Amino acid sequence: MRQHKLALCKEHYLEWVPEQTERFIKKYNMFTYDEKILVAVSGGKDSLSLWDILVRLGYQADGLYIGLGIEEGIGYSSESHRLAEKFANEHALKLHVLDVEKEYGQPIPVLAQISHRGHGKPCAVCGLAKRHVMNRMARDLGYDVLATGHNLDDEAAVLFGNTLQWSGEYLLRQGPVLPGTPGLARKVKPLCRIYEREMTAYAILRGIDYIYEECPFAEGSTSIYYKELLNQLEIDRPGAKLTFYLSFLEARRNGLFANPTRETETGPLHLHPCPNCGQPTSTSDLCSFCRLMEKARSESAVP
Amino acid sequence: MVKLILRAKEYEIKPGMTLLSALEKSNINPESVIATRDGEIIVDDEILQDGQVIKLVQVISGGSRSTQFQ
Repeated sequence: MRQHKLALCKEHYLEWVPEQTERFIKKYNMFTYDEKILVAVSGGKDSLSLWDILVRLGYQADGLYIGLGIEEGIGYSSESHRLAEKFANEHALKLHVLDVEKEYGQPIPVLAQISHRGHGKPCAVCGLAKRHVMNRMARDLGYDVLATGHNLDDEAAVLFGNTLQWSGEYLLRQGPVLPGTPGLARKVKPLCRIYEREMTAYAILRGIDYIYEECPFAEGSTSIYYKELLNQLEIDRPGAKLTFYLSFLEARRNGLFANPTRETETGPLHLHPCPNCGQPTSTSDLCSFCRLMEKARSESAVP
Repeated sequence: MVKLILRAKEYEIKPGMTLLSALEKSNINPESVIATRDGEIIVDDEILQDGQVIKLVQVISGGSRSTQFQ
């Protein structure tokens, strides 16, 4: 690991990654051993490794798998579901499953078509649905915190994109912890300072069976393009991605983007509960997800 | 020769060079892959030997067209 000037054997590497994760959980006050954690599990290397690490560290962590209904001829969702179930069964862990089609009448690709969002790609609708479902499940099932497997490369790529566009609102809200507000579960990213390459190595060395195939809609995506650009930078300047992210957190903490004492740090102002689902929204009527569902019902007679 | 396999692509390189050099010669960003041989991870400065088959595990995932707040 050139960025850390560190070389470890397998045994010590498998200790080092959980130790680092624990350090960041405590540093950013993500959660305590008394709290119930819901881990969003996709069947990929990061989320399954996160679940593995949290359980090894002794936290109360259950999983949530969201069935998106993305098959596209390769059975992508079916296989990722199988791997999430396999991991849960092998480790005797509780996995909650919510299938979008069963719950909302249509799989993500169809909902995306109905919504006309995302220029023919379902990524925007997929993200919207996942955020809604994750928050709903955390709230309804009584979890204190929702944990996702976003790694440093994920965070750096999002930061890069938001910086290119100077998306102030998004920059304000990006960080290891998004505090809970009435109706919104606290969201945390315990792997936010661990490189994607380090997480891949962890999954391989730990023997975690994860879905290797990429989401069929990810090809040519903006975030992957940004990751490739940042990896080019990383090769020339080891540690560049970490410095980029940590410098951003420092600047944010110092009020570069807004006065840190203002209410905006914890979320947009003037949120109110959606009259249908109760989740906070900044719009004056239904939240984006409920508007999507309303449109889907009207266009395809979804129950 | 040494064979590097990355998903459906195969690259052939001369033996005797380090893994890092082999990746660079093949225009593969070393930050984007983990190299394995017989299921074991190998490190950047390992000298590759004739006849070896190196499987490269793609690291990057999580594609999305939305770059905004996750």
